[in-house]
Amino acid sequence: MNNSIATWMHKRQKVRLLALLAAPGLWLVVAYLGALGALLVTAFFTIDNFTGDTIPGFNLGNFHDMVSDPAYRNVMFRTLGIALSVTLICSAIAIPMAFFMAKVAKPRNQKFLVALVLTPLWASYLVKIYAWRSMLEPGTGVIDWLLSPLGIHSPGFGGPAIIIGLSYLWLPYMILPIYAGLERLPNSLLDASGDLGARNFYTFRKVVLPLIFPSLVAGSMFTFSLSLGDYITAQIIGGKLQMLGNVVYQNFSINLPFAATIATIPITIMALYLWLVRRTGALASL
Amino acid sequence: MLESGDVTVSIRNLTKSFGKVQAVNGVDLDIYSGEFLTLLGPSGSGKTTVLRMIAGFEKPDSGSIYLGGEDVSQLPPYERDVNTVFQDYALFPHMDVLSNIEYGLRVQGIEKTERKVRSEKALDQVRLTGYGDRKPAQLSGGQRQRVALARALVNRPSVLLLDEPLGALDLKLREQMQLELKELQREVGITFVFVTHDQEEALTMSDRIAVFDQGRIEQLGTPREIYENPKSAFVSEFVGQTNKITIEGKKINIRPEFVSISSSATLGDKSLEGVLRDAIFVGATTRYLVGLENGEALISIKPTEPLSVGDSVVVSWESKREFLV
Repeated sequence: MNNSIATWMHKRQKVRLLALLAAPGLWLVVAYLGALGALLVTAFFTIDNFTGDTIPGFNLGNFHDMVSDPAYRNVMFRTLGIALSVTLICSAIAIPMAFFMAKVAKPRNQKFLVALVLTPLWASYLVKIYAWRSMLEPGTGVIDWLLSPLGIHSPGFGGPAIIIGLSYLWLPYMILPIYAGLERLPNSLLDASGDLGARNFYTFRKVVLPLIFPSLVAGSMFTFSLSLGDYITAQIIGGKLQMLGNVVYQNFSINLPFAATIATIPITIMALYLWLVRRTGALASL
Repeated sequence: MLESGDVTVSIRNLTKSFGKVQAVNGVDLDIYSGEFLTLLGPSGSGKTTVLRMIAGFEKPDSGSIYLGGEDVSQLPPYERDVNTVFQDYALFPHMDVLSNIEYGLRVQGIEKTERKVRSEKALDQVRLTGYGDRKPAQLSGGQRQRVALARALVNRPSVLLLDEPLGALDLKLREQMQLELKELQREVGITFVFVTHDQEEALTMSDRIAVFDQGRIEQLGTPREIYENPKSAFVSEFVGQTNKITIEGKKINIRPEFVSISSSATLGDKSLEGVLRDAIFVGATTRYLVGLENGEALISIKPTEPLSVGDSVVVSWESKREFLV
């Protein structure tokens, strides 16, 4: 019986493909695109001011409110700035670290280092951010305690704290793709560049950086989009500062359509970012 | 040319180990200006490590490397006047052919027009005129090989190092490239240091060969010296084929191509009788395997004779072709 089904399937490539893709296809269309579509549609709904019920329909009022209120514009630019800073800081730390892991460390230490980079991901997000909260605490935190003799003080809770916290959280997502990219880069290319007279920094600029650019883009998509949508970090160590996620979270229970409207901002920014990246051709070699 | 030439590279008592493995174990070598020197040996014999130490990719544990009289053994690769052709070619995949060739000149800060002229000329030299704007991925193995060669030669180094550059090519192309490389070397007059494990390649191309075994040079000499007068059992076995037989209690060595085979006639002053055990036709010649009366076997490689397996045969050779190791 089994055998005959296998034989029957063997001759029908399309049926086989359909059977294989049914589950992931269903997931993608219903659970993922469906939810995203529902969110986008909701952005055009309104609410009844008296009962708070959602009224379906097509109305651009939410978008008008969002664009005309400078408070939301500020939150948007602030969030964008934070996401960009986190991405830049993560790349600046991840490139030398990944280079050390892939090209300098002995092969038997490499796997150990990868495991070390992954360990923070085993701990809960909340635990890590609360840990940062206690470290950043002005006056009593570890940072003030350690660095105040040097004249350096904790930035306290606010924008810089959010940037530090998010950079810490997303760093592994930047290191791993760059590490993978560097591992694929043959050592002979580095030798060849030195052999042709180039010093290490020249080799880095002209050979290493262009060849790991796709990995850098892959990493930045994580750090950038994860920062763009974050709200918990801002809530715990952001002081009074709000990010887009916080605005969505606050409106979620009182004005769902408006929350959905705000949520279209990070989606639009990510779409623009992907489009820009696509134009550089980095996705083709990913 | 060889004895009187200037010494370009001088290596003294060079050693290098990787962990517990002694890769290079006391190598002394003088390389003359303008010669084609081959480092020949099986894998793991230390030939590539010596080459990488001349280039500066590895630092020696002890010993010195002099380049044009200056001790360069502790200098980084970018401060040495040598260039390398890598086994995997190591072309920069994100640059086109011309940018690859120009790379060294660009680093040196040579201005644009001269850079262009010299790179185009190097491209002509390796017969790739018009390929400048291709990417390495669009080239065949042989073409990549030529680009790697042009990229190194355009800098006019005092020594060109070649690390098994023909290893990845198929036989026909390899034979063609051997001749071209040799011709190119005569044309540019640069010292070539060539690493290979292929003894035939070494014999074809080199002015001199250094045969490596276990981190040491076993023998250094011209291809004829190495082939006709191997100094050790290792060299005689690694370079060419050798019959080892015992005659009247004396062990002698004789190359198969010097052994004549016939049903009765002898050619030369030494002869033995035996039985033809096998005959393998390989085109221009046939390999005959002869069982001798004392139980030993002998191989003869000669133009095909009208003999069949099981025949009684006579093998003979000139005693001056024998050698002892």
